[in-house]
Amino acid sequence: MSDATAQLAETTRPEPADTPRGASSPTPSPESPLISEAERDELRRQGILLTSLEEIYNWGRSHSVWPLQFGLACCAIEMIAASMARFDIARFGSEVFRPSPRQADLLIVSGTVTKKMAPQVVRLWNQMPEPKYCIAMGACAISGGPFKQGYNVLKGIDRFLPVDIYIPGCPPRPEALLHGLMQLQQKIRGQKLTGPDAPRHLRADDPCAYPVPEFGERDLVPPQNPAVWQPPPPPVRPAS
Amino acid sequence: MEPLVQLRERILARFPGADVTVLPNPAPVGQDSLVIGREHALAIARFLRDDPELSLDYCSNVTGVDWPQQEVIETTRVTQPDPTTGTPKVYEQKTKRLTPAFLEVVYHLYSMARQHGPVIIRLRTGNRTDQVAVPSLTPIWRACEFQEREVFDLFGVTFEGHPDLRRILMWDGFKDHPMRRDYVEPDDYEWEPTAHDDVLKKAQEHLARAEGRQP
Repeated sequence: MSDATAQLAETTRPEPADTPRGASSPTPSPESPLISEAERDELRRQGILLTSLEEIYNWGRSHSVWPLQFGLACCAIEMIAASMARFDIARFGSEVFRPSPRQADLLIVSGTVTKKMAPQVVRLWNQMPEPKYCIAMGACAISGGPFKQGYNVLKGIDRFLPVDIYIPGCPPRPEALLHGLMQLQQKIRGQKLTGPDAPRHLRADDPCAYPVPEFGERDLVPPQNPAVWQPPPPPVRPAS
Repeated sequence: MEPLVQLRERILARFPGADVTVLPNPAPVGQDSLVIGREHALAIARFLRDDPELSLDYCSNVTGVDWPQQEVIETTRVTQPDPTTGTPKVYEQKTKRLTPAFLEVVYHLYSMARQHGPVIIRLRTGNRTDQVAVPSLTPIWRACEFQEREVFDLFGVTFEGHPDLRRILMWDGFKDHPMRRDYVEPDDYEWEPTAHDDVLKKAQEHLARAEGRQP
């Protein structure tokens, strides 16, 4: 920042008497940045942009989330509707549905995942480059939905993939998908680029590998990926 | 279109010794059907398609039915004289009977040319274990191809003369036939909000297994 803008920032900043000054202490450290969020927002209102690399990087990423052009069932119709003019997913920067997983950032699992289709979904996910995100859209992708008791339906894609956003509904309205996308943008904006909270592709301890299940004689082998999903413990019953 | 009883007479006149019976449907819809023996099934099907009065040129639906062996108790009323007084008295006689076990394939036939139908024909296998073959009607109606594959996949009926008999819905290498009534499905769901009846039983068995007890 040049001296002139620094001065301008100094003069236009309102100085309430009870403002805590701890956030803008003169000694910079990772824990306490130079200015607080409130001060930065006030500067923005006056037309002065102060930002960090992490923030502008995440801002750019969160407004260009390109989904994979991939639909499974009736939820896909709602996904298509969300991309059309009436709901217009382009307002959020996600209108570029990529026909190749190599160019996509977001996998919207829109519909029932049958056991015959599950290995292909995991393979598509593995072919997407990091950073990538997964939205489970609709009751089927979350838990199997109305087909939960079926022999042929996977009981939720979260048995094989790390799901970021769950959108309930059968099928969800396009507004619900847009809301889920906004939640995902919020999640992306909150990600740290360094430290222990960094996303998996920036960490050395996460191999980012998701094994593709095989077709067994009666079920998928393995029936779930224990690294991302464990069956819930049985409910605790009162002693009788 | 002629009634099924009359159609059966025509079939029997054309194919003497063929095994054709009319299976009445007691439901309000009243769609009776013809049960056709396996050995003449292909010839009778060709007759149904090529006969100018019938010209059933369109097979709209092929489906399978599983009939496991069941014990049926039939109640009949018998009037017999009472041994002491000699007056006639009505007794209820209960007989137990085992139904035969077989698989059934049902074809719904229509005529596009003459605008009538459906004529429903049924083919039955010998049993549910080793005699599960019926003749394929794909050479007569090409539309049967995928649906016979589906019946093969889900019920385990093998169709003799089918050009490409493979599984169509489940993957290759899958064992068992999921639509059979004695199919045991994998125990792979853990929670049910409003369990009742069969689902409740399954949920309890799953819970017992998860807690380490014998279901």
